[in-house]
Amino acid sequence: MSQIQSSGPPAVAWWNDPAKRGYAYQAVLLLILGFLVAEAVNNASTNMRSRGIPTDFSFWNKTSGFDVNLTLIEYSAAASTYGRAFWVGLLNTLLVASISIVVATVVGFVVGIARLSSNWIVARLATVYVETLRNIPLLLQLLFWYNAVLKPLPNPRDSIAVPAMSLAAPSVLSTVVCLAIAVAGWLVVRASKSAAGLTPLFSNAAGSLLIAVGAFGWLFGAPSFTDLSSDGVVRFAGNAGVYLNNRGLIFPEMQYGPGAWAILAALAVALVAAFVYRSRARTLQKQTGEQRPVMWVALGLIVGLPLLAFFIAGRPITLTYPELRGFNFNGGTRILPEFAALMFGLSLYTASFIAEVVRGGILAVAHGQTEAASALGLRRSQALNLIIIPQAMRVVIPPLTNQYLNLIKNSSLAVFIGYPDLVQVFAGTVLNQTGAAVQVIAITMAVYLVISLVTAVAMDMFNKRMSLAER
Amino acid sequence: MSDAASTAFVRTQEARSLPAPLTVRGAPAWLKENLFSTPMSGLLTLGSILLILWIVPDIVRYLFIDAVWSAPDGAACRAPGTGACWAYVARKFSFFMYGSYPRDEVWRVDLTLVLGAALVVWLLVPRIPRKALGSLLFFVVYPVVAFVLLRGVAGVLPVVETNLWGGVFVSLLVATVGIVVSLPLGIVLALGRRSKLPFVKFVCVVFIEFVRGVPLITVLFMANTMLPLFVPQQWTPDRLLRPLIGISLFAAAYMAETVRGGLQAMPKGQFEGAMALGLGYWQMMRLIILPQALTTVIPGIVNSFISLFKDTTLVAIVGIFDFLRAVDTARLDPVWAGPTISTTGYVFAAIFYWVFCFTMSRYSQMLERKLSAGRRR
Repeated sequence: MSQIQSSGPPAVAWWNDPAKRGYAYQAVLLLILGFLVAEAVNNASTNMRSRGIPTDFSFWNKTSGFDVNLTLIEYSAAASTYGRAFWVGLLNTLLVASISIVVATVVGFVVGIARLSSNWIVARLATVYVETLRNIPLLLQLLFWYNAVLKPLPNPRDSIAVPAMSLAAPSVLSTVVCLAIAVAGWLVVRASKSAAGLTPLFSNAAGSLLIAVGAFGWLFGAPSFTDLSSDGVVRFAGNAGVYLNNRGLIFPEMQYGPGAWAILAALAVALVAAFVYRSRARTLQKQTGEQRPVMWVALGLIVGLPLLAFFIAGRPITLTYPELRGFNFNGGTRILPEFAALMFGLSLYTASFIAEVVRGGILAVAHGQTEAASALGLRRSQALNLIIIPQAMRVVIPPLTNQYLNLIKNSSLAVFIGYPDLVQVFAGTVLNQTGAAVQVIAITMAVYLVISLVTAVAMDMFNKRMSLAER
Repeated sequence: MSDAASTAFVRTQEARSLPAPLTVRGAPAWLKENLFSTPMSGLLTLGSILLILWIVPDIVRYLFIDAVWSAPDGAACRAPGTGACWAYVARKFSFFMYGSYPRDEVWRVDLTLVLGAALVVWLLVPRIPRKALGSLLFFVVYPVVAFVLLRGVAGVLPVVETNLWGGVFVSLLVATVGIVVSLPLGIVLALGRRSKLPFVKFVCVVFIEFVRGVPLITVLFMANTMLPLFVPQQWTPDRLLRPLIGISLFAAAYMAETVRGGLQAMPKGQFEGAMALGLGYWQMMRLIILPQALTTVIPGIVNSFISLFKDTTLVAIVGIFDFLRAVDTARLDPVWAGPTISTTGYVFAAIFYWVFCFTMSRYSQMLERKLSAGRRR
């Protein structure tokens, strides 16, 4: 604007000059804001002094004196400070948020792809999922999971033992019979694959029914269910040691013996090897077009190597089973119902939004891409993995970041069901005990701002790497 | 004609067209195409059917067949094997709707709601003309009328203190105040964010990004505990007013981003054309830019309103008795307490919120289709 001025004197009065007006507006805004802030600070200091509210951060190093029922770092009511309570709360927030992000992403992608499935009933089910969950407030869902589903579970004495299907091997006979049924189904499908008319419909329907009967028969025909509370006596033999009651989900705790490090080392080696293999497979695909089964090899490495190390090192990990003593379980690891309710609620709710993001991303890929893929002879799954999803990801990532940030911010609803997250522990209990409202809320908000900022930056970097390399 | 005579047979009528083969039309073809196109698809179909058969009958039994429809107290609902206790919802209905608002004065709430609904319909149904008058009534006149009606004026209408307000009506109140305040404020913030004046832009960006970066709960906490500290003691805002301020500012930041989307989508020619006509900034915005930009983002505004409506449930954290809080409190009533009461209450609340939000989202989709009609080929 000043350049325009210098090229010749304006023909307008100075009060009509846009540049001068701009300065005037900004000066007025500055004055108003400055007045408001000064007034607020002035009032706050008067009010805080008259009500005896602390104005500094000295509470940070004082002993807290309250207990928290989930702590990832060492914490005790008698010895730990309010500062320590802050870290406990922050870690709990990060714990529930990171697990929920993983679950929400998986569920969201599955549902989002299912909404576009060519299978009518699957697409309808996915639509019902999305439209139901995203139109009900998250808080209501959390309260439902917590107060209507998890709290009414039986008390520890009448725990529900989670059936241990994997431990009870189905009999040989049932395996053979079920396998035969499934194979017959597969043969029926194969036999009429290229037949004309309606034959493929009947054979596909009949074949899949047979395969389903085989699979379900094998899973549920095995004598693996043990109802542990039927006669009021909890038996520990022959089950997985996993119990569900109103105090949470209790499962065996792993005890690490000497040599357990070998398993960790094997896992690290497997991860590195998987990455090396993946990059080599990619180079190979770029050079020759030949594809390697990356997923299977990686899965084999990541599961296989640690398992091998486990046996070679002489089974250094043992399980201690939870035991019912009096009114509660001894030993074992426990997932709090508060955690489970928050995790379920958050991930299922966010998944419904992620599903829409994913669907939008896939629909945004030009139809010609799908057609070109099938013209090249790629199967539907190959087209999805190699053509559609990589392109859809570009559209998906920015809104997906938003959903992750929403999830992290929504994890603050923990306060309603008593999960000890940052807001519940710090902005709740610490604020009430110390009365340092301004400081505590400022710190809490700063934490969320930093998390938002860091996530945004990280996603932005990822986004740059994924974005289209324009000519 | 003579050609015809020398030909052995000439068909004078067109042959009746044969029906399409069974593989391309009718139910079997549809089944093959949509449910059993491949064995994998067939397995998914069977799995889905099993899932439906596993879940749906139980839900129907719980909600309808085994439900208790009328009972004087919780005894009938406590019997083992009974489903949802609708009798409890019926008995608590007025509590869910109005909280502890005096029963004799409830007509005032009803009147306010009816007026509000009429104005909303006026604004939302595209066919009804004179939107400008409707907006003026809704955004300026209605808040005053509603305040007078709900709170009362000493001497004319008995005053009802806000601590008696509760239920659905408070939820709607919070949402309405949120939208009435956040829309104008959001427009101002969006204009500020796109302003060429660096300080104005800076203030708007900081406000918007700050509010969007923190959870609503912390904003509510701030409004509840810090607002009274920031004003002189004799001005301490009303208990209900504090979260209203918090949620309005929160919604305004999100509204600003929605409106900004509309402003950014405006072609540059519109700005240039307005300036060429000699319009000043505010004339250009009021007459040319905003009418077009706001029309394109109506679906976005409706979506913001849906999330605002869902977010109103959070005001319970600062002690406001909204609908969900009323439901969550009523389930602890010892007269009705029983194993099915919690679920019944939550299901009722879920149906209410779902119907509201789903209708709004369908409306926004309808509008989106209507608005993009010009762009469709």
